Amino acid sequence: MEHHVSSTRLYFGIFATLMVCTFLTVFVRMNLGIKSIGIALSIAVVKATLVILYFMHVKYSHVLTKLAVWIAVVFLGILLVMLSMDYASRDWQYHEPGWEKQGVLKN
Amino acid sequence: MSEHAAIAHHHHSEEHVAHQFDNALQQYESGNLGMWLFLLTEVMFFGGMFGAYTIYRAWYPEAFEIASSATNIPLGAFNTVVLIVSSLTMALAVQSAQLGKTKRLVWNIILTMVFGTAFLVVKYFEYSEKIGHHHFPGSSFVWETPAPREVQILFCLYFAMTGMHALHMIVGLGIMTWLLVNAIKGVYGPKYYNPVEVSGLYWHFVDIVWIFLFPMLYLI
Repeated sequence: MEHHVSSTRLYFGIFATLMVCTFLTVFVRMNLGIKSIGIALSIAVVKATLVILYFMHVKYSHVLTKLAVWIAVVFLGILLVMLSMDYASRDWQYHEPGWEKQGVLKN
Repeated sequence: MSEHAAIAHHHHSEEHVAHQFDNALQQYESGNLGMWLFLLTEVMFFGGMFGAYTIYRAWYPEAFEIASSATNIPLGAFNTVVLIVSSLTMALAVQSAQLGKTKRLVWNIILTMVFGTAFLVVKYFEYSEKIGHHHFPGSSFVWETPAPREVQILFCLYFAMTGMHALHMIVGLGIMTWLLVNAIKGVYGPKYYNPVEVSGLYWHFVDIVWIFLFPMLYLI
């Protein structure tokens, strides 16, 4: 059974990159404050991608494995986007005046 | 009769290949895909909580800003580093098994367990601190500054998400114990390392969840 074996050098290189990313996230938070969440999450996506491709060997995996990873990403996206669309659009519909005082849907 | 003998011969030639697989490669790919399908369900499981977080953060941005004073960024950052180191040692464990370096495999599994345990110990102190300050949601919850109700929702999310993550870490440590016993017995090598590989996939997944939890729950 022959498989791709990554070098120790590559693993330490990925590790070092993940460390730099972590430091960068904290650094940005200290300087920009709570508004840095967009940057922080973007860096988190980069870190997760590195872990998936190299630590989890998806870069060298069978096409079915790659498909499973993409399905996970796409369905998580559908979940979060549809959920956000639902909650963002709730105020768009017409309500009878005074509906909110009934205490049914107060937010 | 000859077919029976062929099957028996097949078993002797590839001792680690279960009877339903054609060969070691097919068994490896099947196991790998199976673990990824499980991780897919895990993504959706944590995704529900990520969704709840997204909605509440959009609804109460002020509460998240107020509560940011209660998060311990140094401890969160420390634990992020600890988990990434454990992911490195896990990746090196898989590589050791691939190369047939049993001693190196055993040590990397031990190191992974040490860092995983260190993470949980830090988490324990964080929880104790928060519970001591009455920040655990429920009847004992106390928040003097504005918006206690909204801040309590954030602490619900904090304890639910980090709690489920910690539970996954504990399960991971159980898996590592089992791997360690087999590794010491010399079960794994270049011809058979599927359990090390798929356990590694699980361990890295738990690491990825934390990579997102850290900015969401600490850097707010």
